[in-house]
Amino acid sequence: MISFSAVSKRFPGGKEALRGLSFTVEDGELLFITGHSGAGKSTLLKLIPAIERPSSGTVLVNGQNVGALKPAAIPYLRRNLGLVFQDQKLLYDRSVYDNVMLPLVFSDHSPREAARRVRAALDKVGLLGRERANPIQLSGGEQQRLAIARAVVNRPSILIADEPTANLDIDSAGDILDIFVEFNRVGVNVLLATHDLGLVERFATRVLRLSEGRLLGESGAG
Amino acid sequence: MRSWLRQHRLALAAAARKWLAQRAAALLNALALGVALALPAGGFALLEGLQALSTRSAIDPQVSVFMRTDVAPQATQQLAARLRRDPRVHRVRLITREDALQSLRDTSGLADVVSALGSNPLPDTLVVTVAASGEKTLDQLAEELGRAPGVAQAQVDALWARRLAALERVGRLALVLVAGILAVGLVAIAFNTIRLQILTLRDEIEVSKLIGATDAFIQRPFLYLGLLQGLAGALVALGLVWGALALLNTEVAGLARTYGSDFRLPFLSLGEVVGLALIAGGLGWLGAYMSVSKYLREIEPA
Repeated sequence: MISFSAVSKRFPGGKEALRGLSFTVEDGELLFITGHSGAGKSTLLKLIPAIERPSSGTVLVNGQNVGALKPAAIPYLRRNLGLVFQDQKLLYDRSVYDNVMLPLVFSDHSPREAARRVRAALDKVGLLGRERANPIQLSGGEQQRLAIARAVVNRPSILIADEPTANLDIDSAGDILDIFVEFNRVGVNVLLATHDLGLVERFATRVLRLSEGRLLGESGAG
Repeated sequence: MRSWLRQHRLALAAAARKWLAQRAAALLNALALGVALALPAGGFALLEGLQALSTRSAIDPQVSVFMRTDVAPQATQQLAARLRRDPRVHRVRLITREDALQSLRDTSGLADVVSALGSNPLPDTLVVTVAASGEKTLDQLAEELGRAPGVAQAQVDALWARRLAALERVGRLALVLVAGILAVGLVAIAFNTIRLQILTLRDEIEVSKLIGATDAFIQRPFLYLGLLQGLAGALVALGLVWGALALLNTEVAGLARTYGSDFRLPFLSLGEVVGLALIAGGLGWLGAYMSVSKYLREIEPA
């Protein structure tokens, strides 16, 4: 469970990205966060893995106040989260397979178990045939799927994606969303940020609308 | 425990790969570190050699007693006899002025000079070896002998050895200072090379950190890299020192032969070699640690 209470985030320049946000995400929920670019979606998502810390208020993830975590505890928090970054952050100096292997290198898995998990993750996003390829050789949609495979290889209970359909054509975007819905169906808590309202409308699910760092309202099945 | 070992093995392998991937740069680095290390290591080896020399000379403390040239040979004989009875004296060797002239004549190239002299300018000499060593006895005896009738001058032969020892202490201090400065330089070199490595692997570090790698995990390959670079530097330094000593020893051998000695400058002992490797590796590690810690702090989000 993820719970925000009265969370504000002010950046050193004085820009206020989030203002007094409060909401709760139940286990197993699929939640969309929408708003124009600059509304604070990315900042909100970055608070959960403690990439940013709130200026005030508390962010609880599975009962842990992540804003107050010691630096040494943060890696262990992040290992339980699947993160898909806005700019994907793929490594182009290694194969698709090795990109997905990265999170398993520093968590304790036997090489055999790690290999099995990498294949399983690639299989789920439909990239099993491309494991020897370099990410640069993949299409935009395939690169996004690779980013998802890396996020889920550690089998996180919470999957967080920032604009995963940006820069994709409508068909590829639909495919990507289907993958997230699929993970949600097997019990993974999914948080998606997107500015594409047309896409959100296809799903009967809860939507948080942000504008200038404030919660404008909620809609959809809660 | 097994997974801990595996993590370290992987980190070491990654470090070795990174190192070998840029052969030319790694080689130049090892050379730079090696030169920086060779200076204090070589100085240390030289000082060790000098110390061996000065302690060996100090073991045989002698006083040379030069008689006045106008003293009768009997007076010299009497003084020698008296000294032989002195409990402080171990041995007395008398070199008469005739013997001294003869040996000078035998020395190649000087025969003409000697014959041109006309009269013998050399004094009778007593070489007194002291039984109980100790600077005090030696100085006391020399002073007594200096005042004895017929004696022109009594000279402690170990004096030069003492001066050498004093010089060596100065050298040692200078060496410690040089070593200290170069150690700082070494850390700086390691810091910078690791910094460059980090910058080429920025993406990997950033992503690893974002998806749950601990700082220790990220640091590890770089620490090993620093260690490997330090060790390579030590290897180069040992090679340089060995070569320099070998070269010096060809000259030293010739010089020592003229003193009837088989003295050679010794190479560093096994313990010193290991010590050098440990220090170099440790300094490389330290530079790497400072570099990667600094970088991790920089990318740490607020």
